[in-house]
Amino acid sequence: MKPAPFDYFAPTSLEEALEKLTDLGYSGKVLAGGQSLIPAMNFRMARPAALVDLNKVTELSYIKPTQDGGLAIGTMTRDSAIEDSEVVKRLFPIIAEVMPNIAHKQIRNRGTFGGAVAHADPAAQIPALSLLLDAKMKIQSKKGDRWVDAQDFFMGPFMTVLEPEDLLTEVLLPGLVPGTGTSYKQISRQRGGYAQAAAISKVVMDGIKVKDVRVVLFSVAETPVLTKEPVRVLVGQVPTTEAIEAVAEYVAQNECDPGTDIHGTAEYRRNLVRVLVRRSLTEAVERARK
Amino acid sequence: MTESLISKSIKRNEDPRLLTGNSTFIDDIEFPGMLHVAIKRSDYAHGVIKSIDTSEAKKIPGVVAIYTAEDLGDYWKAGPLQVPPPTAIPGAIFHARPLECIAKNKIRFSGEPIAVVVAESRYIAEDALDYIYLDVEMLDYVGDLEKAVEPGSALVHEDLGSNLAADVVQEVGNYEKAAAEADVVIKKRIVTTHVAGGAIENRGFVAQWDDNMKILNCWATTQGPIPMRNSIARYLGLMENQIRMINPSIGGGFGPKIMSSQIDDVIIPWIAMKLKKPIKWFEDRRENFLGTTSERDQVHYAEIALKNDGTILGVKDVFYHNTGAYDPYGMTIPLNTQTHVISNYKVPNYYTEIKMVFTNQMVVTPVRGAGRSHGIFVMERLLDAAAKKLGMDPVELRRKNLLPPEAFPFKTGVTGQDFVENILDSGNYPMALEKTVQALEYDKFKKEIQPKLRAEGKHKGIGIIMFTEGTAVGPYEGAKVMVGVTGKVNVVCAYSNQGQGHYTTLAQICASQLGVKVTDINVVIGDTGQFQWGVGAFASRGITLVGTAVHQASLKVREKALELGSKLLNTPKEELELEDGCIRIADLPEKSISLGELAMKANPTRGTVEEGMEPGLEAAAYYGPPHGATGFGCLGMIIDVDAETCKPKIERLVLTDDCGTPINPMIVDGQLHGGLQMGIGESFYEKLVYDEYGQMVTASYMDYLFPQASDMPAKMEIKHSVTPSPLNPLGVKGIGEAGAICVPACFMQALEDALYENDLDIVESSLNPSMLFHYVQKAKSA
Repeated sequence: MKPAPFDYFAPTSLEEALEKLTDLGYSGKVLAGGQSLIPAMNFRMARPAALVDLNKVTELSYIKPTQDGGLAIGTMTRDSAIEDSEVVKRLFPIIAEVMPNIAHKQIRNRGTFGGAVAHADPAAQIPALSLLLDAKMKIQSKKGDRWVDAQDFFMGPFMTVLEPEDLLTEVLLPGLVPGTGTSYKQISRQRGGYAQAAAISKVVMDGIKVKDVRVVLFSVAETPVLTKEPVRVLVGQVPTTEAIEAVAEYVAQNECDPGTDIHGTAEYRRNLVRVLVRRSLTEAVERARK
Repeated sequence: MTESLISKSIKRNEDPRLLTGNSTFIDDIEFPGMLHVAIKRSDYAHGVIKSIDTSEAKKIPGVVAIYTAEDLGDYWKAGPLQVPPPTAIPGAIFHARPLECIAKNKIRFSGEPIAVVVAESRYIAEDALDYIYLDVEMLDYVGDLEKAVEPGSALVHEDLGSNLAADVVQEVGNYEKAAAEADVVIKKRIVTTHVAGGAIENRGFVAQWDDNMKILNCWATTQGPIPMRNSIARYLGLMENQIRMINPSIGGGFGPKIMSSQIDDVIIPWIAMKLKKPIKWFEDRRENFLGTTSERDQVHYAEIALKNDGTILGVKDVFYHNTGAYDPYGMTIPLNTQTHVISNYKVPNYYTEIKMVFTNQMVVTPVRGAGRSHGIFVMERLLDAAAKKLGMDPVELRRKNLLPPEAFPFKTGVTGQDFVENILDSGNYPMALEKTVQALEYDKFKKEIQPKLRAEGKHKGIGIIMFTEGTAVGPYEGAKVMVGVTGKVNVVCAYSNQGQGHYTTLAQICASQLGVKVTDINVVIGDTGQFQWGVGAFASRGITLVGTAVHQASLKVREKALELGSKLLNTPKEELELEDGCIRIADLPEKSISLGELAMKANPTRGTVEEGMEPGLEAAAYYGPPHGATGFGCLGMIIDVDAETCKPKIERLVLTDDCGTPINPMIVDGQLHGGLQMGIGESFYEKLVYDEYGQMVTASYMDYLFPQASDMPAKMEIKHSVTPSPLNPLGVKGIGEAGAICVPACFMQALEDALYENDLDIVESSLNPSMLFHYVQKAKSA
């Protein structure tokens, strides 16, 4: 379990990194926290000809509050830094709730927020969070900068709009509407393991009725899924137990596509989607009411 | 009086060096000019080798040599068998197919070695693996135990004409007659799961040939240094004392590290001598999953016959046992299964048949449990089904049939893994059952707590099962005790330690005779340069066999010290005592000689000695029991199940265990904690899975799940009882496997009780939430 030979570059500035990525083209691969890439290389499932290590590019690590109550997160910000950040807890309690479920603390000490987004693992929490929170991805290259919405960013399993010379440098999270209720539910075989199914909900109430709702699933399709049924059925309605149950059932049957693997059948995982959507929506509504 | 340290929970001698990172493990061993090995393994499960092309790989800079079976010439040979065939059992059929260390003409499992690369670094060696080309004529994969022995199946060993490796029948009484007279007969097909040993440290081997001294120095993670040394000597044509085999610190064994006749011990020493270079091979985790041994894979067709009042009349169990591609370890595992099915209960009529089957899977050899857990699982599942059928409480049914304390020693009539009749040496099973029942407040839970919980829609179930642990089998072990001139004591043996605490427990036994501090005793384990005889660490036999040998050697040294002390102090032996590292007159403690001084005097450098004198304060002793000593216990659990997601949580776990006299109760608890964790792993996390082509799909910890700390119950409540074994002077029995073997049976009983609405019939020793979900769905639709 040793990697195949590769070249290694460790730029110390963003400019140098972008230059190197342009030079290397398809043979270059960005190394952020390395928590997915290095094991894949050790298994020789990934054989990049060259790595561009961003760990010395300190300017890419930050958590900055924005004027609209949101956050700008530098791509190299460690998962642990986000998990332990007071401003994150205050502005995005859902992020603080989700983070401890990502692998284990030692892995979060190395893993990075931007690395997880760019890696686009369909079973990963951070891409799903970015979709739930309507994140904007800042992509830079020698050719210039551009912004891409989370909804347009993920193309498939481990596939994004990023080109070889591109670098995802920042994830911008717009501020939440006051009174937003959120909730995260996942089932994994073990603590820190991949979710067999997971649901994250975000609800804004207008009196007893739902004003806005967003439910994102992950680990049950090729990309994280921004579901449609909750918006169609619940907005403007009273979120009764029956209504939530019906939405959960519909989402489980129609808005995900879990596969069968050694840890669970598709049928079992659909059942989990139903249970988790119901549980997370119910909790998000309760929290929004408070 | 010399203070006895037996049964004292003292801190472990080995922990300071382990915890401060000052132990040497195999991968820490480095020599200048050392070369590194990587093994090319077959990606195919079954096929005839047409060619192996290593020419391109040899061109890679840094590659020193590549060897295939062909390159080994006459040196290549299969075997030998590590465990002899079961000829002691009348009518037993056994076809020996010992391990081939490297595939020659045929590939029999995915992961089987086909070439060995030697290079300047492990990185380069692994690079070379990519350029070795194997051309194979594919054959059908044999994986299903029952289909494997049907006519027309592809054959793992063509010359046998069948995949049946062995067929062993044992019968006590007459089951068919008992069944005909029974009120109730229950038949079940029960499956036990394939699990890995999964030691935290993989296997490794370092060999260094000293061409001047003609000595081969070896460091290995083996659980059996003496047999491995002897095997190497025979392969290489060396005298035993030309090979020094050393166990460095070892990070867990759990059974698979007992194996020899593999690349490690057959090929690496050969390469070291050939190239006259130190060679290291350290297995990586993927190889460990693919190519190291594993076990538990059995399919049972089991029956129990009872009277309406719950009395067991007989048990029948015909089972298929997967031995993998070869059967180097004989029939240890399935023989253990045969003895453990009936070792708790009065079973007057018992028919048991092993059908051992060759498959295209990795070789099966013992993994902590070694057949015991299967037997326990089968019997306890039968009893649970019987309790349901008879409308009896499961605890009451067990209570009714347990062997009574006065039954011991009890001959089961079945021959065990040590090829002698299985005799249960001692026990008090009802006491163990009642202790667990009381600790869990079983009756209160069933009658008061559970009905309330069920009314609230909650799913909490209770399980209580009995088990025995056959331990401490022969043939023998030995040890030497030596007092040094500093007064410190060496205890040396050629056993093997993978974390069991022998550096402390063996010292406790010795200190109890010699009156020295435990920390002043240096225990050497697994260095064939220091001790020449022994067998190895398996079957929970260390503390009983080596411990007894240490005890007896210590008694001899004590006697020698007293004799010499008596002369020097001019006082009868009876008036002397050994304490505080001295020998002294009991009534005049100021008149003393230190043990160090005594050791000097025991080795005179001038003058004359009496005839028959043996120098030194030193003695060796050997111990072999007539048969094993049987531990026992009762496990109870309360499990809370989320009925929607089928995720269980162990709320309480109470284990009453009896391993005879515990040498160090803290270490016994540690063995039980680790064992229980493995048992929980088997029940709900661990499973080796091969796909339909014989490819293992669980060859990493991403897919093969070990239970984590967060999967464990918050507390493991361990109760002890002490029923000393009459077989040895300390009254000890083994404890290594107890925790691992009892969990699946209890877990499934508790799950069935928790999901009571569905009347589940769980017949597998390992589930996951999805499988449990489908059990529920199936029951609902029935």
